Amino acid sequence: MTAAGTLAALARVFAGVSLLGFGGINTVLPEIHREAVEAARWITDRQFADLYALSQAEPGPNSFIATLIGFQAAGVAGAVVSTMAICLPPAALAYLVARVWGRIRGSRWRAAIQAGLTPVMVGLITASALILIRAADHSAAAFAVTAGTAVLAYATNINPLWAFAVAGLLGLAGVF
Amino acid sequence: MFWAQRMLVQRRRWLRPEEFADLLALCQFLPGPNVVNLATVLGEGYRGLPGAAAALAGLLLLPMLIVTAIASLYARFGGLALVHGVFSGVAASAAGLALALAGHVARPAVRQRPGTSVSVMAAAFVAVGLLRWPVAWTLLALAPLSIALAWRRTA
Repeated sequence: MTAAGTLAALARVFAGVSLLGFGGINTVLPEIHREAVEAARWITDRQFADLYALSQAEPGPNSFIATLIGFQAAGVAGAVVSTMAICLPPAALAYLVARVWGRIRGSRWRAAIQAGLTPVMVGLITASALILIRAADHSAAAFAVTAGTAVLAYATNINPLWAFAVAGLLGLAGVF
Repeated sequence: MFWAQRMLVQRRRWLRPEEFADLLALCQFLPGPNVVNLATVLGEGYRGLPGAAAALAGLLLLPMLIVTAIASLYARFGGLALVHGVFSGVAASAAGLALALAGHVARPAVRQRPGTSVSVMAAAFVAVGLLRWPVAWTLLALAPLSIALAWRRTA
């Protein structure tokens, strides 16, 4: 694919999923995986899991996984195009809705939309977790780290970056 | 979002806590990164379109530079055995984080309406996680149904 073609494909993929991401990037990870790993082959399954981990640890919004994938596919230009594609369509929508928010704030259908979308989001986030587990866990030790982090992050207020640090050290020691 | 709350409400006092909670509800209602939505809505409130653009630029430009630098480091060193080992651990840990997030979002919904919530969650999971249907189709099929069920019980 030409450089311009790759940039156009990145813009199409990330702008396409950006408006589906109710509840954040985790609901559309399966779609990003399909496009970036299975269809375009910008990254491998293994890199997908790595870049997701980076996107959770870096300073920007989690959606910056688009920036990381964009860089792998097409360098700095890819990173910039992908970031804009994942952020600007939702921002434009937020801009428009903000102007009428006062009228819809307390309405019954707004509450119904939110309550109705929540369980769908949960199913999609769990599907994302499955895809990440398939990509990242190839040993019993890795499964144990996944389970341990899940319990820690669900049941305690400890910053999960500590779990990342411990898991990284275990990896450095060659546990996996 | 944690840092946004601390800066906007506690440090700068641009927003009262209840104003922040209202904006957060709006941003969670909309698709896309919550913190991007928050910056847009706040900027729009203060100065219209230029305000929204300035807030977005402030939020995105520096992290984008940093993340691009991180991405180039990963591209250069990600193949090294030592780095590969570290990522084997961190990626496994991050997968667990996604699982915990699902649990956190699920908890209040399951408590309020166990039967329908769990059916819809399971359907979305099977469709996208196991059958690998596109997210857009799954949303189109399940969201109207789930919203209709929610609408009926708010009556």
